[in-house]
Amino acid sequence: MFQVAVTAMVYRIETAAVQSLIEVLHQQNYSVLGPTLRDGSIVYDELHDASDLPMGWTEEQRPGYYRIRKRNDEALFGFTLGPHSWKKFLFPSISKLFSASRNAKGFNVLKDKAEPKGGTKPLAFFGVRPCELHAIEIQDKVFASGDYKDPQYNNVRAQVFIVAVNCSHPAETCFCSSMGTGPGVEGQYDLALTEIIDEKQHFFLIEAGSPKGEQVLENIQHHPAEGNEVSKGEDVVRTAASNMKRTLDTRGIKELLYENAEHPEWEKVGARCLSCANCTLVCPTCFCNTVEDSTDLGGTEATRTRKWDSCFTLDFSYIHGGNIRTSTKARYRQWMTHKLASWIDQFGTSGCVGCGRCITWCPVGIDITDETRVIRDNNGSA
Amino acid sequence: MTFEHEVATKVAVPDGLPMAPRPFVIRRTRRETYDTFTLELESTIKTKPFSFAPGQFNMVYVFGVGEVPISISGDPDNMDKLLHTARAVGTVTKRMSALGKGDVLGIRGPFGAAWPLAEAKGKDVVIVAGGIGLPPLRPSIYSIMRNRGEYGRVCLLYGARTPSDILFPREMETWRKKHGIDVFITVDRSMKGWKGNVGVVTTLIPKATIDPLNTLAMIVGPEVMMRFSALELLKRGIDPATIYVSMERNMKCGIGLCGHCQFGPHFICKDGPVFPYNRIKELLMKREI
Ligand SMILES: Cc1cc2nc3c(=O)[nH]c(=O)nc-3n(C[C@H](O)[C@H](O)[C@H](O)COP(=O)(O)OP(=O)(O)OC[C@H]3O[C@@H](n4cnc5c(N)ncnc54)[C@H](O)[C@@H]3O)c2cc1C
Ligand code: SF4
Ligand code: SF4
Ligand code: FES
Repeated sequence: MFQVAVTAMVYRIETAAVQSLIEVLHQQNYSVLGPTLRDGSIVYDELHDASDLPMGWTEEQRPGYYRIRKRNDEALFGFTLGPHSWKKFLFPSISKLFSASRNAKGFNVLKDKAEPKGGTKPLAFFGVRPCELHAIEIQDKVFASGDYKDPQYNNVRAQVFIVAVNCSHPAETCFCSSMGTGPGVEGQYDLALTEIIDEKQHFFLIEAGSPKGEQVLENIQHHPAEGNEVSKGEDVVRTAASNMKRTLDTRGIKELLYENAEHPEWEKVGARCLSCANCTLVCPTCFCNTVEDSTDLGGTEATRTRKWDSCFTLDFSYIHGGNIRTSTKARYRQWMTHKLASWIDQFGTSGCVGCGRCITWCPVGIDITDETRVIRDNNGSA
Repeated sequence: MTFEHEVATKVAVPDGLPMAPRPFVIRRTRRETYDTFTLELESTIKTKPFSFAPGQFNMVYVFGVGEVPISISGDPDNMDKLLHTARAVGTVTKRMSALGKGDVLGIRGPFGAAWPLAEAKGKDVVIVAGGIGLPPLRPSIYSIMRNRGEYGRVCLLYGARTPSDILFPREMETWRKKHGIDVFITVDRSMKGWKGNVGVVTTLIPKATIDPLNTLAMIVGPEVMMRFSALELLKRGIDPATIYVSMERNMKCGIGLCGHCQFGPHFICKDGPVFPYNRIKELLMKREI
């Protein structure tokens, strides 16, 4: 790895410039996507202007619990993560892989019909949290770096503009510090924001991480941040880190889970788990998918559709003669072992970024950090 | 130790769509048993001949119905025709069995790691097949026969459910008579007129005419059968480092993108399906992996 030679310049922008930022991205033909309030949760969707951001809102998260709550300020990014992750734009939950029509030679794959989901406009992700930036980079390894690459993912991904945001208010379920993915932004972003807000002031620090980012920055009002402003930004991240209570001890985690495949805890957690697959759907790195082949009524046009799948379903491991993972215990073990252990062998990185979504959105509040702890505490007791 | 076929050659992706099959026309079909059939295929697009290594598989697509992994069962040195032998068990394979000459299938592949035929040179070879596990091994047998002098004793141990499930009986006779391959066959359940062995395929292992200290083993069959066959071979003193098995899992892509075929840290579609026993033996002993 190489080190960035000079620290990027830190600038100050006023809150009103957030609107300009969105406008400039629109002018550059981006479809701007970001957090917005809908039906009681903060989701990712089209941002028309800055008023679509969940200003003054935060959320309370606990195992199996999520509620939005009013803040007593006008923070634009005073929350962390909702049920959505950016994967829904890069790897849509349903997409057409190809269609084909019968002809004299049998059939012909129709090239023009590989559907570009989300239109043809390049996407700007506005408000990417540090852990999510890592999650995107992890999915890049899956879909964009092996012998076979996913063309749809790559087409969209190559054009994405990323506006990252440093974290200020970790949720109770966050544990990015443990996973080395936050709460400060690291990685390939175009712009990175830090929101500074207290009784006296409200402004943003901004840094460009790419020439594309610099070019956007040029088009909005900004000026070099003063020393005390820069240190305020550093304080935000430092405070966020020290406010993070949840931890996952990753020391020797791969060996720990491989060696404990028969640990009695799998049985216990398997008895609680509903096999509902919520955890895999909300997880920003889970990539498993299935395909469905179908034809039109006349049988002349065939389509292959790809859909998100989950290792928690019984069918996932079906082979003629029986399913491999019939018990919920085996499915939970597969999921957690994949996230924290086998992912390392497969892709050279953990499959978990510590976003905590699987904890929050689990209807029975199963907590991957607790499960790891129980296994570690009774290491090898199987 | 290097696993020679680990670096499976990357397949050209037509039109940049790795999930889109290429049309192949059926030139001949052959009924092997009451439920198993062989299709002889040829590409409808004049491209490079279809080359593959023994042990590799294709994703075989029935138009609009579905796509399943099927091993290549033909001769790797005869690139004009592509052979697949499948048992009609469910949605896709049943539709496949109903196809005939002139019908078209989709093919993506070849995928996966191959049998270590180069490593086997100079050694005795024991091939253990259970049921539909024989077709995936046939390309190896063809390859060995073509270079027969480079291998020591070659022994095929084959277990079928009943005498009427036995695949390629005439061919096996030729292998035995003309190519010096020792063939032992057993059936799980006997039928009238059967005079051969009865019992699971592992019961043939003590009969294998090989030198355990200089033998390479290739096993294909249901997972339990492979597990017990490996244990039985170990009992005969075969070095575990020279035992290879071909694994099976649900597969939706064949190219490492769908996650279905995971077996511990391995993607069976791209790291396998052929694995050195040593690499997966711990996983093989666990249930529901
Ligand atoms: C590497 C590999 C090589 C194989 N080689 C052969 C071969 O040479 N000959 C042969 O007859 N069979 C082979 N199989 C098994 C073959 O893929 C299944 O019999 C086939 O998928 C059954 O599909 P179906 O739609 O007819 O059955 P259904 O029971 O209707 O199955 C529905 C779906 O489940 C999945 N599925 C079911 N069984 C399997 C299975 N055993 N493995 C993977 N996915 C499965 C498929 O997606 C299938 O479409 C191989 C499997 C693998 C993994
Ligand atoms: S496993 Fe849970 S905490 Fe880890 S990245 Fe996935 S959803 Fe987030
Ligand atoms: S761990 Fe929780 S969210 Fe995941 S499948 Fe089980 S019950 Fe559902
Ligand atoms: S079959 Fe899709 S990852 Fe192996």
